[in-house]
Amino acid sequence: MSLDNLRIALQGLLANRLRSALTMLGILIGVGAVIVLVAVGNGSSIAVQSQIQGLGTNVLTVQTGGFGGFGGGGAGGGGRRNGTTSRSVTLTKADVTGLGNTTLVPDVKEVAPTVNASVTGTYDGTTYQPSQFVGTTANYAQIRNYEVASGSFFTDEDQAQHRKVVVLGTTVVSQLFGQGVNPIDRVVKFGSARFRVIGVFKPRGTNGVQDQDDIAMAPLAAVQDSLTGNSGTFQSITLEATSSKTTDAAQAEVLAVLGSNHKLSSAQASTTFRVLNQASLLQTSNASNRVFTVLLGAVAAISLLVGGIGVMNIMLVTVTERTREIGIRKAVGAKKGDILGQFLVEAVLLSLLGGVTGVVGGLIGSQFKIVGITPVVAPYSVGLAFGVAVLVGLFFGIYPANRAASMRPIDALRYE
Amino acid sequence: MTEEPRRLPTPVIVVHQVTKTYGMGDTEVHALAGVSLAIQRGDFVAIMGASGSGKSTLMNILGCLDLPSTGRYLLDGVDVQGLDETQLAEVRNRKIGFIFQSFNLIPRTSAIANVELPMVYAGVKKAERRERALLAMESVGLAKRLNHTPAELSGGQQQRVAVARAIATNPAMILADEPTGNLDSAASADVLDLFEALNAEGRTVVLITHENEVADRAKRVIRLRDGRILEDVRNQPLAPTAITA
Ligand SMILES: Nc1ncnc2c1ncn2[C@@H]1O[C@H](COP(=O)(O)OP(=O)(O)OP(=O)(O)O)[C@@H](O)[C@H]1O
Ligand SMILES: [Mg+2]
Repeated sequence: MSLDNLRIALQGLLANRLRSALTMLGILIGVGAVIVLVAVGNGSSIAVQSQIQGLGTNVLTVQTGGFGGFGGGGAGGGGRRNGTTSRSVTLTKADVTGLGNTTLVPDVKEVAPTVNASVTGTYDGTTYQPSQFVGTTANYAQIRNYEVASGSFFTDEDQAQHRKVVVLGTTVVSQLFGQGVNPIDRVVKFGSARFRVIGVFKPRGTNGVQDQDDIAMAPLAAVQDSLTGNSGTFQSITLEATSSKTTDAAQAEVLAVLGSNHKLSSAQASTTFRVLNQASLLQTSNASNRVFTVLLGAVAAISLLVGGIGVMNIMLVTVTERTREIGIRKAVGAKKGDILGQFLVEAVLLSLLGGVTGVVGGLIGSQFKIVGITPVVAPYSVGLAFGVAVLVGLFFGIYPANRAASMRPIDALRYE
Repeated sequence: MTEEPRRLPTPVIVVHQVTKTYGMGDTEVHALAGVSLAIQRGDFVAIMGASGSGKSTLMNILGCLDLPSTGRYLLDGVDVQGLDETQLAEVRNRKIGFIFQSFNLIPRTSAIANVELPMVYAGVKKAERRERALLAMESVGLAKRLNHTPAELSGGQQQRVAVARAIATNPAMILADEPTGNLDSAASADVLDLFEALNAEGRTVVLITHENEVADRAKRVIRLRDGRILEDVRNQPLAPTAITA
């Protein structure tokens, strides 16, 4: 009997091909949307995670100035808090030395002070200003996972000798040299100083906010000599913790050292110095990405629900339209279960077919880049979308099917 | 089974003081106002009467498509009032071949599939039901129209498909509500020949008609008026051999 049910239901669907196809389309779009949108959310979260991991999960960056709010930015008077004007506090050589002390800061492995310059580079009449010009120490590249594609990074020796050498990102290279020119050993004028190019970084792409290849790095000593002036202060200090698990401990140690160096209480230290912790950044972005994915999934789920209501709508129309048919079937001996089965199988078949095509469509759709994000299909979303589609068909099919099955044969036959 | 006392053989149909009321209050219609009758196996009964006299109402009750408001209907000695929905479906399926005035074939479905339908619900295996459906289609002279849909058949052909569907399950009782109402005289003669042949095999035939020529071919004629039996006339004697359900 169940095989006959299936055949009767198939005949019913085929008798109304266009309508069946349109109903299926609703489910198809719902299921496809769930798969694609969850894949987009998933893909973007994986991309952001790998970018943050690329920056190094055990990296801490110390800057002065709290998290804004008080006095902030350009306000001339500055915010006087707890007897200390935060503007007057800067990172000094003593801080770098203190943070390098492994007894005070046992969880920090490497310390790299950095200064930033805003300077225009000139080569052969072409000028270009890199968005970042960083003066730092030789260990910085390794801390931040910068890799050199050609040439080499500068060394401690370059730093000690105050050599004016520079390593460029690919964006800067193409802006200054154009295509087909090997920049190694060529001399670029930054401001009034002449820097020799000794290396080019491997391309890193964008981190979503800025082009990471639009960068130039030179030894701290040379940058202070010729560009920023040797004030003995730094914009930031980049540190590498011994492992990604010790970043929180390292952060506390760093604040303690800076606090004692600048004679600040621990509360003052934590508002005066800003420590960026990549590991906690990763957690935050994971959390926000999860919200993003859930939101996308919810939008898609709504469209699946709408598709389900479409199934119910069509099944109700079908039942109404086929009331006489139901009457005939009952008159020749169809039992309630037979009619219920027929219309339920029709509804489930509709959503099953819609679900299968939706899964196929979703998997195909996930092969394409969407707004710059490579979707990564989450297997759970496929199973979930498909299962929900079938359940939706069953759920929204039950009411019309039950209505059809409960009709008395004589009423159904009289129906006009 | 309830034995009907002192009457042998047991009538296949016993209707006792049956009424059927539609609507309520002002719109109340007494379609049947107390009908009692018994029909023996192998009889060929024509029910006549003016339009609105309650013929179809009675037929629907006889065919277990509807239940009486009051009174008793015993089919093969079993009170249908005591049967649940599933049992009623089984009775319709096994015992009764119902032919509707308006054919009532399933649209967009081939003639042969329509004929097979009752056997699908009876759980007859595919090969066997195809064979029996073919036989039924042959007996109504439509062996060449198996895969036509109802829309592709003439009115007379549709009516014959409906007859084929009613007889394919070998029911002991054929109920036909104005089976020739929509047919010309040639087509209606064909259908009547079929009924006569079925009756000659021993099946009980009850049909509704407005036409005297049709009624003349029946063994017994019952006339209704305003939901009551006006007269009940036997034209021919009952055949001695009858098929039991
Ligand atoms: N579903 C219904 N609801 C209300 N009244 C009904 C219903 N069906 C039938 N009737 C009424 O019951 C009465 C008998 O109807 P029925 O269909 O039995 O007549 P009939 O003898 O078959 O007439 P015809 O020869 O025109 O087919 C009519 O007055 C009709 O209006
Ligand atoms: Mg009638």
